[in-house]
Amino acid sequence: MSLIEQLPVLPIIIPLVAAPFCLIIPNGRIAYFYAIAISALTFLSCIGLLHGVAAGGTISYYLGDWAPPLGIEYRIDLANALVLTLISGVAALVIPASYPSIAAEANPKQIPLFYGAMLICMLGLLGVTITGDAFNVFVFLEISSLATYALVALGGRADRRALTASFNYLVMGTLGATFFVIGLGLLYQATGTLNMADIRVQLLENGTNRMVEAGYAFIIIGMGLKAAMFPMHLWLPNAYTYAPSAVSAFIAAASTKVAVYVLIRFTFSVVGADFDFVSAMLSYVLMPLALAGMFFASLVAVFQTDVKRMLAYSSVGQIGYMLLGISLGTEAGLQASIIHIFNHGLMKAALFLSVACVMLRLGVHTVDGFNGLAKRMPFTAAAFIFAGLSLVGVPLTVGFVSKWYLLQAAFEADRAWIAFLIVASSLIAVVYVGRIIELILLREPPEDGPLFRDVDGNPVREAPMVMLVPMWILVLANVYFGLRTDVTADLAGRAAASLIGGQ
Amino acid sequence: MSVETALLLSMIIPVLGFCGVWALGGAPNAREAATLITGGFTLALTLMVFHTVGNGARPLVELFDVVSGLPIAFRAEPLGAMFAVLASGLWIVNSIYSIGYMRGHNEPHQTRFYMCFTIAIASAIGVAYSANLFTLFLFYEVLTLSTFPLVTHKGDAAARNGGRIYLGILMGTSIGLLLPAVIWTFVIAGTTDFTPGGILSAHVDEMGAVLPILLGLYAFGIGKAALMPIHPWLPNAMVAPTPVSAFLHAVAVVKAGVFSLLKVVVYIFGIDLLTQTGASSLFMWLAAGSIILASAIAMSKDNLKARLAYSTVSQLSYVTLGAMLATSMGVMGGALQIAMHALGKMTLFMCAGAIYVGAHKTLISEMRGLGRVMPFTFGAFFVGAMSIVGLPPLGGSWPKFLLMVGAADAGQLIIIAVLILSSLMNVAYLLSIPVQAFYMAPDTTDDGRPLGANENPGAPKALIQWGALKEAPLLTVAPPVLTAAGAIALFFFANGLYDYLSPILDGAW
Repeated sequence: MSLIEQLPVLPIIIPLVAAPFCLIIPNGRIAYFYAIAISALTFLSCIGLLHGVAAGGTISYYLGDWAPPLGIEYRIDLANALVLTLISGVAALVIPASYPSIAAEANPKQIPLFYGAMLICMLGLLGVTITGDAFNVFVFLEISSLATYALVALGGRADRRALTASFNYLVMGTLGATFFVIGLGLLYQATGTLNMADIRVQLLENGTNRMVEAGYAFIIIGMGLKAAMFPMHLWLPNAYTYAPSAVSAFIAAASTKVAVYVLIRFTFSVVGADFDFVSAMLSYVLMPLALAGMFFASLVAVFQTDVKRMLAYSSVGQIGYMLLGISLGTEAGLQASIIHIFNHGLMKAALFLSVACVMLRLGVHTVDGFNGLAKRMPFTAAAFIFAGLSLVGVPLTVGFVSKWYLLQAAFEADRAWIAFLIVASSLIAVVYVGRIIELILLREPPEDGPLFRDVDGNPVREAPMVMLVPMWILVLANVYFGLRTDVTADLAGRAAASLIGGQ
Repeated sequence: MSVETALLLSMIIPVLGFCGVWALGGAPNAREAATLITGGFTLALTLMVFHTVGNGARPLVELFDVVSGLPIAFRAEPLGAMFAVLASGLWIVNSIYSIGYMRGHNEPHQTRFYMCFTIAIASAIGVAYSANLFTLFLFYEVLTLSTFPLVTHKGDAAARNGGRIYLGILMGTSIGLLLPAVIWTFVIAGTTDFTPGGILSAHVDEMGAVLPILLGLYAFGIGKAALMPIHPWLPNAMVAPTPVSAFLHAVAVVKAGVFSLLKVVVYIFGIDLLTQTGASSLFMWLAAGSIILASAIAMSKDNLKARLAYSTVSQLSYVTLGAMLATSMGVMGGALQIAMHALGKMTLFMCAGAIYVGAHKTLISEMRGLGRVMPFTFGAFFVGAMSIVGLPPLGGSWPKFLLMVGAADAGQLIIIAVLILSSLMNVAYLLSIPVQAFYMAPDTTDDGRPLGANENPGAPKALIQWGALKEAPLLTVAPPVLTAAGAIALFFFANGLYDYLSPILDGAW
């Protein structure tokens, strides 16, 4: 048994074994370097997986060598390999950037715990994505959610509202998980198996019945809650706003995407869009909700005075795009959706990191902190502008690639009106991003008052290098993947083809 | 050096110039030298491409696919080669003018100003040489974004407001209308390559009502063409320093708009398709309405730059009109109008800036008698205005003539009347300015002094003073005189340009 054969389990095993040791690390800085090393190793193993899947096709790994459907199977195809790479990549960039920010915002004694929770959160999200066993999804989902509740609550030292935000999230998240597990129970009852591929086989053999339909409905609602599908997004804005900045950057980029991925997985390869009730759900439930979310959440974002909250509402709107791609039910739509999962992770991670830099220096994440930012923190300001333009969908950025494929999918599905709704809602993004960019570029920094100096009373300096470098790597990734789409678009296209072709 | 290399370099050199200007920001003279040297090289390269295209070559450079099946690609063809030469040549003139204006006016942030210009020129050349709609859209957006800091240069509330409208309308139309149009075209035709004769004609049966809708998306989506009612960004962009208005909002940006529209009509739809289906007639009337309406608004403006801005809106619609006439003469008229109007309008704007620097006047009603102290400036203004009106012996007369021929070919007699009426309106609101400046006595204050004689705060150092003459600094007066001379010269070389451009109507490259 060589290590390479065990590669599929490494993204789980490495953080799973490593995370508990954070408890006994006495010093925050040591925990920081430890977490960097672990997340980097995890990222490398995910890259290895992506490479292996892109070259050699789907990888199936039997945990403990117990063959499915009895044992747990890790099944990695292109769709989840891309999501795995995104999650671990964002973690490997956010964790190095997190130390100055978390040291300023959280209780110093809790820093090792913070890194432990980050690793567990990452592990849970990776587990949800990698596994081919439906119940295993639930287990990992709870692992990541519990870690996320703790991470959000860590913001309580800087702002007590983080505690209620975390509690809200806990209630809603648990509701979602409960719905999901009820759905799984019904599917299990109907098919007698929990292996995803096997459920599909059983359904194709025996057809569906009301129990399957009810189970699928429960799963959609449960995952819709986790994915912050409109109108089940109410937990998200507060959680993103009051969590520590580094946590916001990570969960905004990774956690809801995983829920969207699970939706895709259950819709296309567990149940299958060829069943009438699934395609009806796509057209009559998912599409209207996606469109409503795109407009409603984007409009709300325009009126926010807190930049993190604005970005949070923007996330709800952007999730609308991903769901819209799914709801088209075509290969092109699914491809657009997978591309946007990846691209939106890149944009939001960069944006939240730049807010983290502002928060570190000025102690606020309201719009006031962005007045004249170009003069005070030019690199942070430039990063926000580039990532913001990417969010708007300006050419040469990933946002443009996302939008291009989504529009193309809408036109190819002969639904031109959807294409125009997409561009209309993205114009709202021009407004809410443009508003902040105008503050950054065209306003003067305050001459006195609380934001004249930084939190320590010194003149405002640029953010530290450990934050700037990861942030700029993300910004450059926004540009690179906006120009070279052979990684994202081609892999997503093949992933979509295999998901749909699996029917 | 192969022409393909020259084509690519003509976009890369300005980007290098960007770095140069940035690096030399502390030494203004060296910084301006960097701009001018960059401009010189760029002009030489675009001229080389222009020359090769004139010999029948159509150099093609494909970089890489961004979206599958859609490469960033460049192809020089006559229309684009002309636009690139026009933009890079006038950039040099404008840079010289900028030096005089910005220094004479002690403007802040001059390094940022010149840096943004280099990106704007690179993207304008990118628009000119783009080989498909996708590449065109890319550079079109970069052009919008790179000019935003120039429009908001002053940074005050008025500039912020103008910038908001500028970016809002240009981004709104390009993302909201142009991008779906490009993707729709791609989905229908399977390509977005600019192809002689158009790419949509093979799909006309399946399109049906989509064809006029698509044309409308382009006509309004290319907001830089300022077809009414998409025009308000242009008057609002006048908050920018005058060199920006002169070059970007008379040449690079607005011409990139009408150029794109012309290219879409000729190489995506194809004139024959539009003639057969009559899809463009609605837009022809919209353009005609835009010509008259904008002129009428221009007449009511007392602020010189505002009047020139509305005049630009009107004149841009000539190109749109030429394209929508869907006749070969109409297209040629539109193409020539791009070059001729660029020279004429840039002259007028630079004169407006010279008047502002030299005499601190922005209102036309205060310029009476000013021609006697600023004869060179108003002389150039007179020539530029005559060219815009379309009087011989000035270059501007040819496009008007060709457009009338094109309208006659299309059997649209009312359009001919519109063109005549518009020229008359131009006489009224443009030629009246230099005439008043030369022939009327200056307004005086109660104690008999000329009005505004001593109201010259922040007077620039390098005024040309010679007897009664009190011209603006040499560097702000010489460039408009130069472009005015160019407008005269183009009258005589129009035939060569016509022959150069006529292959765009051929059925193959």
